[in-house]
Amino acid sequence: MRFAFKTSYAQDLGLFRDGVQRNAYIALFLALLVLPRLVPEYLGDLSLVFIYGLCGVSLMVLAGYTGLVSLGHSAFLGIGAYAHVYFAQDLGVPWVVAVALAAAVTAAAGVLVGLPALRMTGVYLTIATLAFALIIQEVFTRWDRVTGGLKGKPVQKAVVFGLPLGHEVSFYFLCLAFLIAGLWLTSNLLRSPTGRAWVAIRDSEVAAQSMGVNLAVYKTMAFAYSAGLMGVAGALFAHKIGFLAPDIFSVLLSIQFLLMVAVGGLGSLHGAVYGAVFVAMLPVVISQARDAVPVWLGQVFAVFGREAGRAVFSLVDRFVKQPGLEPGIFGLILVLFILFEPLGVYGRWRKITLFFSTFPLYKHATFKRQKSYMRSERLR
Amino acid sequence: MDIILQLVLNGLAVGCIYGLVALGFVLIYKATELVNFAQGDLMMLGAFTCYMLIVWHGFGYWSAVALAVASVALFGALLDRAVLRRVLGQPQFAVVMLTIGLGAVFRSFASITWGSEIYTLPTPFSARATMVGGVSVSHEYVSIIVGTVLLCAVLYVFFTHTRIGVAMQAASQNQLAAYYMGIPVKLMFSLIWAISAGVAAIAGVLLAPVSLIDTNLGFIGLKAFAAAVLGGFGSIPGALVGGLTIGLIELYSGAYLPQGFKDVAAYVVLLLVLAVRPQGMFGAVGRKKV
Repeated sequence: MRFAFKTSYAQDLGLFRDGVQRNAYIALFLALLVLPRLVPEYLGDLSLVFIYGLCGVSLMVLAGYTGLVSLGHSAFLGIGAYAHVYFAQDLGVPWVVAVALAAAVTAAAGVLVGLPALRMTGVYLTIATLAFALIIQEVFTRWDRVTGGLKGKPVQKAVVFGLPLGHEVSFYFLCLAFLIAGLWLTSNLLRSPTGRAWVAIRDSEVAAQSMGVNLAVYKTMAFAYSAGLMGVAGALFAHKIGFLAPDIFSVLLSIQFLLMVAVGGLGSLHGAVYGAVFVAMLPVVISQARDAVPVWLGQVFAVFGREAGRAVFSLVDRFVKQPGLEPGIFGLILVLFILFEPLGVYGRWRKITLFFSTFPLYKHATFKRQKSYMRSERLR
Repeated sequence: MDIILQLVLNGLAVGCIYGLVALGFVLIYKATELVNFAQGDLMMLGAFTCYMLIVWHGFGYWSAVALAVASVALFGALLDRAVLRRVLGQPQFAVVMLTIGLGAVFRSFASITWGSEIYTLPTPFSARATMVGGVSVSHEYVSIIVGTVLLCAVLYVFFTHTRIGVAMQAASQNQLAAYYMGIPVKLMFSLIWAISAGVAAIAGVLLAPVSLIDTNLGFIGLKAFAAAVLGGFGSIPGALVGGLTIGLIELYSGAYLPQGFKDVAAYVVLLLVLAVRPQGMFGAVGRKKV
């Protein structure tokens, strides 16, 4: 097992833990550069992974690092998307400026939600943001002049600095660039006093307050930053889906974002990206499994004769073609993760790496959850 | 004048449903401090089960209702036993995600078992109305209001005058102390879940003739949140009063405000309450002590 011995401040400030980690990230980056050549048929899904990654980072800052669980992020995404399209298409603002404006508008909305949110804790905040998301969705439906109402609004291809980015490959790189920028910005912010204040608020509001962290300022800042990042993601999302309609930004999308941070692993930026890969790729996997699994099971059961194989095939086929199955699978995975791996994919990854790096000496107790008795949130 | 009275009646009926679902939230929250985002979906399961028993298996209305409520209550108890007990004392986030996930599983289960069509539940009160002083009183609405009042009376008597009910109150006020007094706290929690799921099923059965049964019936649960918060999350009378208030506000804003306000009125009220008076009308939640 390697220990990172820090002997200078430069090491402490560095973005990577050591040379090995840096090289690993450089290798990953190079792999992402050549990926479009290797799997051209999945380019669209990969861009979606990057956009979701940005959303995941945004929600991770709020839910994973500041401890404010929001179900309103679909609304922020929607505000970002509609604002971007409105500025870029209806007002003819240059693309980059439109993205910046969308981020600013969304951040302002974040402050608007964040301010009353200062008085709420825990699940109250979740419910309030849920209400916010539902109200904003109705606003999208009714404010036809800007949003196009129920008819929806077509989105043109992105043109950045006069460079049309209509092609899937160029859009892939655009999303990748935004994701890397977002990750870099966020990881820097999280290593700064601001980030430490957020983590302090998450771990104990009272303790943070008594250490001189101004709750109002830092919570509002977390909301604004998270919403702003979501606004940028919304701008990209608008180009990705090519058509905006109010029912895209439903609460189910918010739930998907929460699923992302929960499955990825709360409290780590890695987790946000893992979660994004999971949420964006799972529908692809499911749709392929829909075709593959009945055939496969049919062949297995064909051992008991042709009729049995065919019967199993048609039975399984009918079952997996049910339209309501996919959200159920999402829900089931969420439940299983919360019950059996609360640290998410990232936690599991850390356990596996620790197992191999300390091979004969791995202890289960390292990650054992401490017994937690119920601590009441109510005043007695 | 007539229209105002008519709106009062309809609003009260809708409010009763919100109140019942909110009551389910509050019971569970009071006892275990878990917020059950799947409450609305339990309601949906109740309505579907009742429909299945009546239409597919030819049960009578009352026996079907009793059977549906009992089976959903049993399901709630099993759910607590198998799943929810593991997350007691975990961070709120885990519980919120868990129940949201469970809700999605229930919806998926319903759509696979009963299909994604929209059903109407036939009842003895269907499509009948009596004119009282210029107001058409639909029997379905009366059934909702009467059902709610009866259920609340039963619950009130149960919680204050029976041994088990008092034990449940004790368990929800202080687990450890209740345990020391020899109350089987875990069993009480399962019972609370059973009651809460049963109440949700009754709400579903009462709502089904007015609304239609489909897999998205559970989204009413979101509006019931507004009712629960308005009443102060930990208060049982608060949940009912909150539900009635939300129901009335919703119908009046539908009648007198521009289009679109009806759907969001509940949420606007919710946000206002949370911003102005987060502890709600009958506040039972205060600042956490260290």
